[in-house]
Amino acid sequence: MSSTVLITIISLSLLAFLSAVILYFIAQKFKVFEDPRIDEVQALLPAANCGGCGFAGCRNMAEAIVKADNFEGLYCPVGGAPVMAEAARILGKVAPVIDPTVAVLKCNGSPEYRPRTSHYNGASDCRISNSLYIGDTDCSYGCLGNGDCEKSCAFDALHMDPLTGLPVIIDDKCVSCGACVKACPRHLIELRKKAKKDRKIYVACSNCDKGGPARRACKVACIACNKCFKVCEFNAITIENNLAYIDASKCTFCRKCVTECPTNSIIEFNFPPRKPKVEAQVEVANG
Amino acid sequence: MLKTFPTGGVHPPENKITAGIPIEYMSVPESVVIPVSQHIGSPANPVVNKGDSVKVGQLIAAGKGFISANIHSSVSGKVNKIDISADGAGFRQNAVFIDVVGDEWIDTIDRSKNIVRDIRLSPEEIVKRCFDAGIVGLGGATFPSHVKLTVPSGKKCEVLIINGVECEPYLTSDHRLMLEKGEEILIGVTILMKALKVERAMIGIENNKPDAISHITSLASTFKGITVHALKVKYPQGAEKQLIKSLTGREVPSGRLPLDVGAVVHNVGTSFAVYEAVQKNKPLFERVVTVTGKHLSKPGNYMVRIGTPLSKLIEVAGGIPEDTGKIINGGPMMGKAVSNIDVPVVKGMSGAIIVPLEESVRDEIKPCIRCAKCVSACPLNLEPYLLMALSEKSLFERAEKERITDCMECGSCSFTCPANRPLLDYIRLGKSAVIKMARERNLK
Repeated sequence: MSSTVLITIISLSLLAFLSAVILYFIAQKFKVFEDPRIDEVQALLPAANCGGCGFAGCRNMAEAIVKADNFEGLYCPVGGAPVMAEAARILGKVAPVIDPTVAVLKCNGSPEYRPRTSHYNGASDCRISNSLYIGDTDCSYGCLGNGDCEKSCAFDALHMDPLTGLPVIIDDKCVSCGACVKACPRHLIELRKKAKKDRKIYVACSNCDKGGPARRACKVACIACNKCFKVCEFNAITIENNLAYIDASKCTFCRKCVTECPTNSIIEFNFPPRKPKVEAQVEVANG
Repeated sequence: MLKTFPTGGVHPPENKITAGIPIEYMSVPESVVIPVSQHIGSPANPVVNKGDSVKVGQLIAAGKGFISANIHSSVSGKVNKIDISADGAGFRQNAVFIDVVGDEWIDTIDRSKNIVRDIRLSPEEIVKRCFDAGIVGLGGATFPSHVKLTVPSGKKCEVLIINGVECEPYLTSDHRLMLEKGEEILIGVTILMKALKVERAMIGIENNKPDAISHITSLASTFKGITVHALKVKYPQGAEKQLIKSLTGREVPSGRLPLDVGAVVHNVGTSFAVYEAVQKNKPLFERVVTVTGKHLSKPGNYMVRIGTPLSKLIEVAGGIPEDTGKIINGGPMMGKAVSNIDVPVVKGMSGAIIVPLEESVRDEIKPCIRCAKCVSACPLNLEPYLLMALSEKSLFERAEKERITDCMECGSCSFTCPANRPLLDYIRLGKSAVIKMARERNLK
């Protein structure tokens, strides 16, 4: 009895040792060298696999960062500057400073401003309604309201508002991965530079028609009247294809264009309420 | 047994309400809007200016390049402006706006009623005349006819096929044209045969139009080389490839043209337009439009000048009924709902259907139950449920391998789906994405 146990133990131990030796040599022979820094960098990345950086996933991004000579064209919008700086520290390189951005919708055509002229009854997909026809209003540039952007957002930062029929972007959740920018068949979403206190001023319209048809289709359409262009002291506003555009890097948030815009197509966010005009003083001066 | 194509196809309810109503010439409207792009290919270039006086049949926009078509004025009067107007889908397009004054035709048009049988022009002159007269395929695809009549070197046309199928429900414009302009159509066919240098022409007519079949058959006996064939009723028999298969038994391979099997297909409406252009020197500026609908008070087939607002046409047909849900430009299977009723009648508009509200709303979309009815219905042997899923998930490379570009958008799959899935909507989306992808790849 005891000899049987002994033989079993010895034979199994020998087998195990032999296997271990074979495995060791095979592992040595077919060893694939992988930079350990890839794992380190990957651990820094948000693991969202959103594709916002342009790579298929965070692992691919980590490989690209480690392999690259400099950080040009490599930026994780989700992690932002701190993650990139940390990755640069590990690799002993310098990360360029890129301003964080946030998605904004360049359309403000709620039913109140943009009357519905037809009723869309097909598949709920912006790509389809865009290829079929102008949309359920007279504006061929505005939001179609079928929520392709909402479906594309992996961060729960974008929801369709049932009242306005437009998507609402939650700034705190938006990581500017750009998925919605790609999803919108009418190219209505733009990633704009984030400002202090999340302040925003932009032209919430994409209508390239002339003033008349644009205004008839939507009350808050940009009619390219040039007023904002004239009032802007910082050359931040350009008008092209009957549409104004505010350059976020030049804008100083003076809000003059917002006051000047006759159709209210330039909108502001997160500003303190304006001071009421001091009419009493004027009266005193006149008196 | 009657001929038909072997795979797929559906039987939508026919609803040919207007089949017994003769073509009525509609009065000239007060103003017309004539878009410069009414055909497949590059838009025509306007050759008139604001304030110019034009006559009926005068060239107002010249075709640009080989695949393009001339546009002629359908009325006499003054050019009000050249501006953008909305097309059926609501998108902007360039158009010539003309205010009508009187009805003065250009002198070269032969307005007499007598039928000219004797063909004097040579084949080359016929092709040139078709281009000059702005003839496009009037079945709905509006492909410039002179292109189809120019046989590239190395290829040979053996048989001309004339499409008198009219497989779309509701539409009766071709049916009426065959009954009332039968002889003109047959002369037009002879002209097309001469241009293509073929000895044989086959006219296919579905069996639900027995009067047209007997009428055209009796007339065709006096024409050399033209035979008339009754076909089994099945949608989409009027599609080019299906009709060739039905009549000749030849199958056009995937990605190839009818000419690769020695056939050229033209519509009966086009044949009539060719007759008028070649024998009467009359450019294409009017066409037969079926205005129909279950609740319309005066449905009918109207000969309408191109550029007439659709609203005017519906007014003549008794006005829009109160319970209207949508108005379809074209047939109910392949046509598209118009976004506003002021769109002008264009060369490709074969019908306008006023659909009551209860029939115009789609039923609730349910999950696919894998019944494969769409697969059996597809006349091109595609798998619509799969193509839809691939398009929905933007897997366009795989969709290309599944031959999504073969789809001719007949809508048999969506029609037959018991779960009301928007199959064609997604396939159309995938098809355009694949075509775009292939074009970009070819550019590289």
